[in-house]
Amino acid sequence: MASAPSKLYADDVSLLVVLLDTNPFFWSSSPLPFSKFISHVLAFLNTTLRLHQLNQVVVIATGYNCCDYIYDSSSATNQSSGTGMMPAFCSNLLEKLDKFVTRDEQLEKGGQEGGIASSLLSGSLSMALCYIQRIFRSGPLHPHPRILCLHGSPDGPEQYVAIMNAIFSAQRSMVPIDSCYIGAQNSAFLQQASYITGGVYLKPQILDGLFQYLSTVYATDLHSRGSLQLPKSVGVDFRASCFCHKRTIDMGYICSVCLSIFCMHHKKCSTCGSVFGQAQSDVASTSNKRKTPDT
Amino acid sequence: MNNGDGKRLNGEAEEEDEDDLDGEGREAWERTYTDERSWESLQEDESGLLCPVDDKILHHAQYRRRLRSLSSTTTASRIQKGLIRYLYIVIDLSKAAAEMDFKPSRMAVVAKHVEAFVREFFDQNPLSQISLVTIKDGVAHCLTDLGGSPESHVKALMGKLESSGDSSLQNALDLVHGYLTQIPSYGHREVLILYSALSTCDPGDIMHTIQKCKNAKIRCSVIGLSAEIFICKHICQETGGLYSIALDESHFKELILEHAPPPPAIAEFAIASLIKMGFPQRAAENVISICVCHKEAKGGGYTCPRCKARVCELPAECRICGLTLVSSPHLARSYHHLFPIMPFEDVAPTQHKLPKTCFGCQQSLLSSGSRTTLSVTCPKCRRCFCFDCDIYIHESLHNCPGCESLRHSKSVNTAEA
Ligand SMILES: [Zn+2]
Ligand SMILES: [Zn+2]
Ligand SMILES: [Zn+2]
Ligand SMILES: [Zn+2]
Ligand SMILES: [Zn+2]
Ligand SMILES: [Zn+2]
Repeated sequence: MASAPSKLYADDVSLLVVLLDTNPFFWSSSPLPFSKFISHVLAFLNTTLRLHQLNQVVVIATGYNCCDYIYDSSSATNQSSGTGMMPAFCSNLLEKLDKFVTRDEQLEKGGQEGGIASSLLSGSLSMALCYIQRIFRSGPLHPHPRILCLHGSPDGPEQYVAIMNAIFSAQRSMVPIDSCYIGAQNSAFLQQASYITGGVYLKPQILDGLFQYLSTVYATDLHSRGSLQLPKSVGVDFRASCFCHKRTIDMGYICSVCLSIFCMHHKKCSTCGSVFGQAQSDVASTSNKRKTPDT
Repeated sequence: MNNGDGKRLNGEAEEEDEDDLDGEGREAWERTYTDERSWESLQEDESGLLCPVDDKILHHAQYRRRLRSLSSTTTASRIQKGLIRYLYIVIDLSKAAAEMDFKPSRMAVVAKHVEAFVREFFDQNPLSQISLVTIKDGVAHCLTDLGGSPESHVKALMGKLESSGDSSLQNALDLVHGYLTQIPSYGHREVLILYSALSTCDPGDIMHTIQKCKNAKIRCSVIGLSAEIFICKHICQETGGLYSIALDESHFKELILEHAPPPPAIAEFAIASLIKMGFPQRAAENVISICVCHKEAKGGGYTCPRCKARVCELPAECRICGLTLVSSPHLARSYHHLFPIMPFEDVAPTQHKLPKTCFGCQQSLLSSGSRTTLSVTCPKCRRCFCFDCDIYIHESLHNCPGCESLRHSKSVNTAEA
């Protein structure tokens, strides 16, 4: 019995870890209502599970105050035999999602901040990677993992270092991070994540057709992906966040000792404590005798 | 080389020889047992029966020790990561490189350690670039162009490991000088020569070439694999480089890795400074534009945030406005050193309300019978993790999933930073 399933793990078996953005601040202002979004996603998850009987789906909710696992097809299937797959799988997920959203809301009362309402992408990404490592540990034959971020909230610049750490770890373990971004502006974090890990970044034009986008771009296993014409990259936003104000910047000052990024000139590096020499050390321009226009 | 060194070398060589003989004197099946040391993975249980070692706990204990020793050393070493070095590694592949005083041959040993060196170099100097040059038949040849990808260098070197002819220091220095004078002025120019031969066969006056290198501020270092040569010493003295002779393989490894951190002279000289840099956006593949570096129309490439000029590769200096352009992920690769996560603590056995599953991977924490010490907890967020996640989190991920999925701990974090 033990050897039977391992034989079946072919190239086209996938483990799909979906990171679901449940940030209430985003959804309250989104043109696509959350309920519609969930119905698109459920249909997509069902498609993925049906594409191969060994396909596995894990859903992690990315909230505003916390993150949690809300569905795992490998542990859920046992309980839901009898009533037919589809309703059982949905009700299972929806029930957990409901609980999660309530809990996320309850945690909210403590902290209140105006302006940016990003969700905790770094947390759900880290959890997804831990789960995938467990699948890697389970033996030489395992489904091929990939991560899909269904995200809408704007980037939280304070998560910059954590998200980059997660991206590099995913790259080292060759786990592609796909992202489907339904927010208004493009997400620099997700563009970088998909670019560095070799995943697909997509910003759907027509949100009502979300299911079509999901099923045509993200449902195929990694092995078959090579023979598909996937959407080409529309460029990557490589902007970084400064360490001093957590602002997203495209030009900045770098500490030559520890490479910390700052948006303005400081006397002392707040990360490593180095005291900086000259005021403006634009090494390139001074030695080149080519004066830069805005200095 | 003096006598004492020679003796020491002999002593070590004999030891190695003994090992070799050992290997040859045994049958193949015996050797596989010796190599695998399968008996070491067995232990006796309470009743004296043999059972496999519980390597999970052992492995975890080892890792904890390593983590502790690591966290005590990192604060002491502060290297200038932001120095931009352009290093040419010159590898002597003349017939002297085929000599077998290093096992299996000088060039094989050199190639092996150059590989390790290249990786270490990019870890310590994320913005720097390396190029490989070989000398063969009296001619220097550029094996790889300056670049920041360790894989391409290693691959090119492993494909070209053949030796023949004489060696020529002058040809190598002339070639490198030609390339290094073209690099942007903010870069530090360095040459590292791994020299096997005891002579050099030059077409002209090498003193003239050395002077040229000195004037171009190229720092030349040499690691010799045979004996000290006057001309090598002279090159290093003139250009401010380091000259050393490797006694054996481990010594060679030590010597070459000394060149991975920025040379102390530069590191001390370069006062900590804030360097203005731009993080260009990558353009879409189907947006065609003419790049300033090759004057070619093509898609992709990076756009300077200040003057919107297109460059093909990073890091680079914008040819229009002079801004240093880097890829921000390049910088971010070393940030986990700056914000290390605390080692996780053992869970006290008296603690009753333990979670059933690992917060990271959802693996059950109760699986292995009576012992409940199979989990650790983050001192900040108090989430419990399994041993495997503990290792993965500290060695590769560098994020605590528990802390990252709490908004409040995050605000504490930013206040500290
Ligand atoms: Zn700032
Ligand atoms: Zn610093
Ligand atoms: Zn170009
Ligand atoms: Zn420019
Ligand atoms: Zn775990
Ligand atoms: Zn934690």
